[in-house]
Amino acid sequence: MVSKFQVSILPKYCKGCGICVSVCPKKVLASGKDGKVQAVHPDLCIGCLNCEYHCPDFAITVAEGGKNGK
Amino acid sequence: MNYKEMLRQNKMPHIWCPGCGHGMVLSAFLRALAQKELDPNNVAVISGIGCSSRASGYLDFNTLHTTHGRAIPFATGIKMAKPGLKVIVLTGDGDSTAIGGNHLIHAARRNIDLTVIVFNNNIYGMTSGQYSPLTPHMKYATTAPYGNFDYPFDLVNLAKGAGATFVARGATAHPRHLEKLISQGLDHKGFSLIEVVTQCPTYFGRKNKMGSPVDMLQWQRENTSTSGKEGAIPLGVFVQEERPEYGDNYFQLVKTVAEGKSGE
Amino acid sequence: MGNKRLIQGNEACVEGALKAGARFFAGYPITPSTEIAELMAEKLPLAGGVFMQMEDEIASIATIIGASIAGAKAMTATSGPGFSLMQENLGFAAMTEVPVVVVNVTRGGPSTGTPTKASQGDLMQARWGCHGDHPVIVLAPSSVQEVYDLTITAFNMAEKYMVPVVLLYDEVVGHLREGVELTSSQEIIHREMPTVSPAEYLPYATGDGLIPKLAPFGSGYRYHMSGLSHDETGFPTSNPGTIENLLVRLNDKIAKNRKDIIKYKTYDLDDAQVIFLAYGSPVRSALQVQKEARARGEKVGLIQLQTLWPFPHELLTDVFAKTKANFIIPELSLGQLADEVSKSVPQAKITRVNRNDGALISPAQLEQALKGVL
Repeated sequence: MVSKFQVSILPKYCKGCGICVSVCPKKVLASGKDGKVQAVHPDLCIGCLNCEYHCPDFAITVAEGGKNGK
Repeated sequence: MNYKEMLRQNKMPHIWCPGCGHGMVLSAFLRALAQKELDPNNVAVISGIGCSSRASGYLDFNTLHTTHGRAIPFATGIKMAKPGLKVIVLTGDGDSTAIGGNHLIHAARRNIDLTVIVFNNNIYGMTSGQYSPLTPHMKYATTAPYGNFDYPFDLVNLAKGAGATFVARGATAHPRHLEKLISQGLDHKGFSLIEVVTQCPTYFGRKNKMGSPVDMLQWQRENTSTSGKEGAIPLGVFVQEERPEYGDNYFQLVKTVAEGKSGE
Repeated sequence: MGNKRLIQGNEACVEGALKAGARFFAGYPITPSTEIAELMAEKLPLAGGVFMQMEDEIASIATIIGASIAGAKAMTATSGPGFSLMQENLGFAAMTEVPVVVVNVTRGGPSTGTPTKASQGDLMQARWGCHGDHPVIVLAPSSVQEVYDLTITAFNMAEKYMVPVVLLYDEVVGHLREGVELTSSQEIIHREMPTVSPAEYLPYATGDGLIPKLAPFGSGYRYHMSGLSHDETGFPTSNPGTIENLLVRLNDKIAKNRKDIIKYKTYDLDDAQVIFLAYGSPVRSALQVQKEARARGEKVGLIQLQTLWPFPHELLTDVFAKTKANFIIPELSLGQLADEVSKSVPQAKITRVNRNDGALISPAQLEQALKGVL
């Protein structure tokens, strides 16, 4: 199952606050070893934009379409 | 226009602490502004001094970082000298209600067309944690080691009493609602003030044992309400009325005076 | 046919400002400068300008700086107490290089002092009122005609050097009425606009010059302006070299242009054994005594300072070198001017005529001082 949405993350901007992880309804996101967020289950993304709207660092963009690579 | 294009990318990442709500306020503001399809050359963003006030530097508009508490009179001068500009003030709770309080209430009284967004994190963050006029009674801060003996303003009622014709309060935990409030404020002709409940995990959160940024946002969800829940901080639009805008009034009167004079 | 009128100093200030192209005034009532606000309220709207009465002097200067940032020639007027409140933002204008004119009609101080009396106790405040080494130009008229002329000069210098300019005159000069010619041969100067495209524009890049070309907000050049130490992009910097270069450049704008900025009038100096040195209303009494002394064949000269800051040290050292004259310095303070002069000519004998009872220094008083020196 491939999601209609693509989650792109800018590690340079992300400060690892974890807010996005806490508001993602589908557990798409998780904090990586470096504390920064990663899309661990990109295929589950339903495009609700919670993560992008809650991100204080402008580090996440959710866009429609496109192959959803890791 | 995508709201992220309004950022000065070469200035990012911003300086705010991990989990600080200011980035969330800025994001809601840009999302609201993007809908207005304004020419960036005609947008001016004025800020004072404090964590909130570093926001203007990140925005690809005509941006001005002024002195502590004085963003509003600086913005007044810009607006009156060039009424065609959309002028937004980004300020903090200390910047706007302590040292800047006198300018806040007078600009509201004048009903000059400014959109003022107050990043209210209940603390002076830049100077590392002193209490402000909006810090709740008995909360802790570096200058309130035994709890804040002071009582805070209710900024919404203060602005309302001063004559602001659009007054709203939002919260970072409700980004879509906040975006809508800011959007309405931007559309409003006259003095519009949007207070934003935002989290300062580094000082207010730590000093008052409110846990992580995620916990602080959860606290907001449980302690703010758009439906008047008892004891919760009320969110929403509190004032939305039409009154002649200061600049329109001024230039209209001047026109009639000039015509009158030339008719003499 | 000229435009000769009998008007008050404060009114001549308004006429000069309008002539210079000022189209924005924000102020707060304060004796003895309120007439400026009142007349601006009446005349600016008819000239297509904006008059605002603000909630205090801090808002007044912040508002005119904002107006100037948007491209307007802007001015405020106040007196000692209000000028004290304006200091932080005067420093902001100096740091961000935004041209504004601040008229300070001085009264007895400190504190509430003697609001309706003249004094010259604000000389040092005009230079060092706000913190940090900052550029500022201070001009001082001593007649209603000079108020008109130097108001124009103040705006021209503000626009030319992109600095705040203070026009300093005491209550007597502000309130007395005199014949004045409301025409000026001074060319009206406007700040330079950028010549590069917005894409290449750096607001504080001055090349090998000293003076930035600040595009008004809303003119198609988007940039950041901050009171923080900044680099040529206008953004805050913590680079030590950049911080120092900015401070040096800001002050070099004045230091490297002293010749153009320093204005004064001299009378009969060549063979002078005694020289009166003054600014503002004391000049009027000194001039009378100097003329009468010359008529009697006494070798007396007069130097009238019109630029107070930067202080004209070279003028005094040159004159003293040639004449070895004694100086008589009448001022309505405890000697702030005399102290500064003694730095320029330490070997010169200086007779101080200080008057601080609110009344004018009379010719008789100076006649007496002259007798003591000749």
